[in-house]
Amino acid sequence: MKQSDAPLLEMKNISKDFFGNQVLTDVNFSLRPGEILGLVGENGAGKSTLMKILFGMDVIHETGGYGGQVLIDGKEVHFLTPFDALAMGIGMVHQEFSLLPDFTAAENIVLNREPLRRNVLSEVFGERMDTLDRKTMHEQAIAAIQRLGVALDPDMPVSEMPVGHKQFTEIARELSKSSIRLLVLDEPTAVLTEQEADSLLQAMRRLSSAGIAVIFISHRLQEIVDVCDTLLVMRDGKIIKDVSAKEADTRQIAKWMVGRDVSLESSHRQFAGDDDDIVLSMKNLWVDMPGETVRDVSLDVRRGEILGIGGLAGQGKLGIPNGAMGLFPAGGRVVFEGKEIALNNPRNFLDSGMAFVSEDRRGVGLLLDESLEWNITFTAMQVQDKFLRKFLGGLLKWRDQNSIEAVTDKYVRQLEIRCTGTKQRAKELSGGNQQKVCLAKAFAVEPKLLFVSEPTRGIDIGAKGLVLQALREYNEQAGTTIVMVSSELEELRSICDRIAIVSDGRISGILPARSDSAEFGLLMLGASGEQVPNAQSGADV
Amino acid sequence: MSPLKETNWQKVLHFLENNTVPVLFLVICAIGIPLSGYSASYLAQEVVVRISRNAFLIIALLIPIMAGMGLNFGMTLGAMAGQIGLILISDWGIVGIPGMVLAMIISTPISMLLGWGCGKLLNMAKGREMVTSYIIAFFMNGVYQLVVLYIMGTKFLPIRSSSLVLPRGYGIRNTVNLIGIRKSLDNLLAVKVFGISLPLATFAVIALLCIFVVWFRRTKLGQDMLAVGQDMEVARDAGIRVEHTRIVSIVISTVLAGYGMVIYLSNIGTLNTYNSHSQIGMFSVAALLVGGASVSKANIGNVFLGVTLFHLMFIVSPMAGKNLIGQAQLGEYFRVFVSYGVITMSLVLYEVRKRREKSRVGRELAAGQTAEEA
Amino acid sequence: MNMKERILHFVHSFGWPRIIIGLFLLLLFIAAPIVGVKVSTSLSDTLIRFGMNSVMVLAMVPMIHSGCGLNFGLPVGIIAGLLGGTLSLQLNFTGGLSFFMAIVLATPFAVLFGWAYGVLLNKVKGGEMMIATYVGFSIVSFMCMMWLLLPYSNPTMVWGYTGSGLRTTISTEGYYYHVLNDFLQIKIGSHLVIPTGMILFFALLAFLMWAFLHTKTGTAMTAVGSNPVFARASGINVDRTRILSVIMSTWLGAVGILVYQQSFGFIQLYMGPFYMAMPAVSAILIGGASVNKASITNVIVGTFLFQGIVTMTPSVMNSAIHTDMSEVIRIIVSNGMILYALTRKSEATR
Repeated sequence: MKQSDAPLLEMKNISKDFFGNQVLTDVNFSLRPGEILGLVGENGAGKSTLMKILFGMDVIHETGGYGGQVLIDGKEVHFLTPFDALAMGIGMVHQEFSLLPDFTAAENIVLNREPLRRNVLSEVFGERMDTLDRKTMHEQAIAAIQRLGVALDPDMPVSEMPVGHKQFTEIARELSKSSIRLLVLDEPTAVLTEQEADSLLQAMRRLSSAGIAVIFISHRLQEIVDVCDTLLVMRDGKIIKDVSAKEADTRQIAKWMVGRDVSLESSHRQFAGDDDDIVLSMKNLWVDMPGETVRDVSLDVRRGEILGIGGLAGQGKLGIPNGAMGLFPAGGRVVFEGKEIALNNPRNFLDSGMAFVSEDRRGVGLLLDESLEWNITFTAMQVQDKFLRKFLGGLLKWRDQNSIEAVTDKYVRQLEIRCTGTKQRAKELSGGNQQKVCLAKAFAVEPKLLFVSEPTRGIDIGAKGLVLQALREYNEQAGTTIVMVSSELEELRSICDRIAIVSDGRISGILPARSDSAEFGLLMLGASGEQVPNAQSGADV
Repeated sequence: MSPLKETNWQKVLHFLENNTVPVLFLVICAIGIPLSGYSASYLAQEVVVRISRNAFLIIALLIPIMAGMGLNFGMTLGAMAGQIGLILISDWGIVGIPGMVLAMIISTPISMLLGWGCGKLLNMAKGREMVTSYIIAFFMNGVYQLVVLYIMGTKFLPIRSSSLVLPRGYGIRNTVNLIGIRKSLDNLLAVKVFGISLPLATFAVIALLCIFVVWFRRTKLGQDMLAVGQDMEVARDAGIRVEHTRIVSIVISTVLAGYGMVIYLSNIGTLNTYNSHSQIGMFSVAALLVGGASVSKANIGNVFLGVTLFHLMFIVSPMAGKNLIGQAQLGEYFRVFVSYGVITMSLVLYEVRKRREKSRVGRELAAGQTAEEA
Repeated sequence: MNMKERILHFVHSFGWPRIIIGLFLLLLFIAAPIVGVKVSTSLSDTLIRFGMNSVMVLAMVPMIHSGCGLNFGLPVGIIAGLLGGTLSLQLNFTGGLSFFMAIVLATPFAVLFGWAYGVLLNKVKGGEMMIATYVGFSIVSFMCMMWLLLPYSNPTMVWGYTGSGLRTTISTEGYYYHVLNDFLQIKIGSHLVIPTGMILFFALLAFLMWAFLHTKTGTAMTAVGSNPVFARASGINVDRTRILSVIMSTWLGAVGILVYQQSFGFIQLYMGPFYMAMPAVSAILIGGASVNKASITNVIVGTFLFQGIVTMTPSVMNSAIHTDMSEVIRIIVSNGMILYALTRKSEATR
């Protein structure tokens, strides 16, 4: 690789906070033409924020900009929109496809950059009345596809394509922009079959030798090691390692990714639980939750424990509670206290004495337009007939305003919910307080087992501690078994007794919370239970 | 379950499922035509007249469908503009083809303004464009009445011709006789074939519009509309001006509807000042749907099939009702019911299919998993 | 400054269109004596029209609460009411009993139609309003055929010359004409008449509605409208709750048209119920409701404002400028209000 004078891209001392929440601190790296840079890190490590800064996305400007400098060819740039970045030859392929299903590959590749021909009407009405030059469109698309070096039919509608071809179409679109010099690929192989992924990696090498630099974000560490020149490991908004890819192996990378300065260890409690006293048992559960598909999960929960479920985004950990509750189509067996729970109907789940705090606070967890009173008492009222006064022998069930107020007041004080009163509407609260309302709603049901999904997502550090503490206390005082799903491993390790790791829709292993973080890291990245020496029980029984 | 293994019977079922509405109409017409006792040549002549009269208006609906905005009930706005043009040329006494052209020219800026406003409002009501355009049509009907019934004929908008103005001195009469331009386009070049007169000039205008629509789909703007219609977010990310494109589609539709209304009324020969426009929206939408179009997909073939089937039903049902039960009134109610019923059914089928499409993706995933597990 | 802020806040929460409409009505009442229109007559006209229409406006509430949107399909309920009314006449019930029997006979139809209508709306979630409109049109035009064909035989109802097929308008005189209007009627002076019975009847239904919304099921209905996913995650059967709301709306629509007829004096068949949904929809919106939130107060305020304008405009306008622009104003006000509700950003995001 040739060393040119100024690097193609250099990011210097980049820092960024969202309302006081530091997500990037002093990030530095540079990239030469033709270099392939692997970017790895857990969810929330700051990879996507870094890319958003590079592309000048609106969220960055709307939240007060960023610190540090972005240099292209040694000159500082300020991109106001992704289109500015494009003009400098920087393109990105996102995880979600941004394709039009009824258009062909060629039409998608040249979308809004179609070659045009003038005609009589366009002379009068302007260039939008130009006709499309189909022949040149076709040629341009083929050129881009050849540059990528894959077999892709330019005339095939996207809706009829296999997933891999959709991914290729997206990349070809970026390549068809003639000035492209740097391509960011965000987990492009996650949805591909092995063969498709291989041809994509080859294509990346080809682009590299043509002088196009690539930033490759992936959770498949082997691919990173195979294809990249250099490797950037991010954690907690900082760059932990910046090494040549040849010097690293996957196990080391995994350790860099998840390993933290251990500070929470001391708070671990000693609770073993009993394998003979299984309160909830799931067998061969599958859940069709978009983006979080669960394929085959078997998992036993011991009475009284806090069981963590971790794993990378999109691997299916969120699907487990959502499927068990019946919010998404699911199959398999779920047995609670010896009774089988019929799936696909939340009522059965609730009636059996379980509750669920959803990760989707605003979508599922709250009645945003209603008062705290309603939010907290609604589920218990509907499922257990609490907070009702009965007339005419139970025929008429009237809302009991006094007991509703009393219980809301109790939880507001107990969980320190900051509000102007119990009549305040839920949407006016901050994220952390909304989360506490969700917890209060679940507590009001007095469940025997509580599923909590991403309880600290999107709330600030202070509130995080309070929420976790509330869960721990509830577990200890009420004896409620808790199953907590989180993408933050450290959070799970700080409060759980055991942690199950989900990978590709299956349990790849269950470890005691105090196990070495590298072992969790490997499980997350898909190493099956047998390969990890310390794993207690595998997925399948 | 590969598509190759589909049996003939399944193919037939599939065809019926995708073409429920046209097939149903074929059946209604097949029953109704013999019952009505009309002759083939009479029906053929009627259908020719209806096509020349209505096709232009219905084609005006195609462009908003391309842009994913559903059925443009706001086409009524264009019809109002066309009517204002016709009232003015009647007052000025300009007749024949020049009169029609002038009416169209007058309608253009009004249509553009109304279409622009309508598009703006529809951009504020994304996801419920149809019901909003429907209400806009009602709302503007009020404004139209305000202008035509209370302002026209006063000193703000003088109308000289006493045959147009109400006896009280201002406001336009309920019916305006368009004798000056009556059939002037149709008679420009009429040919008789097997006893059926074909208004070739009108057909030529309609053919020209069809060519325009086909050509339009190949322009940059047409491509942008198709893109916006599929996914607004993707189109926006690619740098297409989504809102602007949507507004333009409504403006074009409104302007075309205005021209269509001039052609429609010149064929009929009288203007029902306060009714013509409000009926035309419903009939055009119904005819298009009868031709097998849906809220999200329509083409020129749907227009002509739709006009033919819908108006056949319309022509034969009173007579069929009379011969069947002895009451022509029944047939008249029947055709009104069928018009509304067909719109309801198409809207329901569209929503149901949209939802089924979603759950189909889910089912495939689940099937894939179970297959994998097995 | 503080005062200014408070006024701005009030204007913002109340919405410009409502304030304009309220001021317009106020202006009409002020102008009335000046142009020689008796305020007492106008007021009692407004009260009577309020009583006639309020139940149909109340019929909007359950469906808005359950998230089915504005009930443009009100004619479905009206048809059930028409069947109940005509059957009651056919069976020759008279006086107050005929009104009661009309409601009783309309009920099974309302439940049946409402159930089917609700099942249909559940299949088209997200597109309810447009489909509701056309379901209404379809059922009205379908019933046009039925009115001709159904074997009614009461001579006051059928066409005289053929002896079959119902007339377009049927007088309720001798049956339930003014049974509510005249109940406990209060006359103040010679011009101000308060139709106490009719208003009490509305108050009763409004109270029942208010009470229902305070029960367990009513709470569930509100939650379904506010956030259906939340309701489902709390074990509510969303589809069943929505169907219940549609049945309630349909039944109230049926009772509403009967109340209307007993005051108006005629049963209007055929295309009569065609556009009846629009005034009711815009009335509740004028009263402060939105596409997914409505209260009893919205019903009362909205019906009063809307009917006030409908009664006052023709009389005042006629006396003032000798032109009856009331129809045009009614169209612009009612549809403008619906348009305003449909295009408001906060409400469009649901």
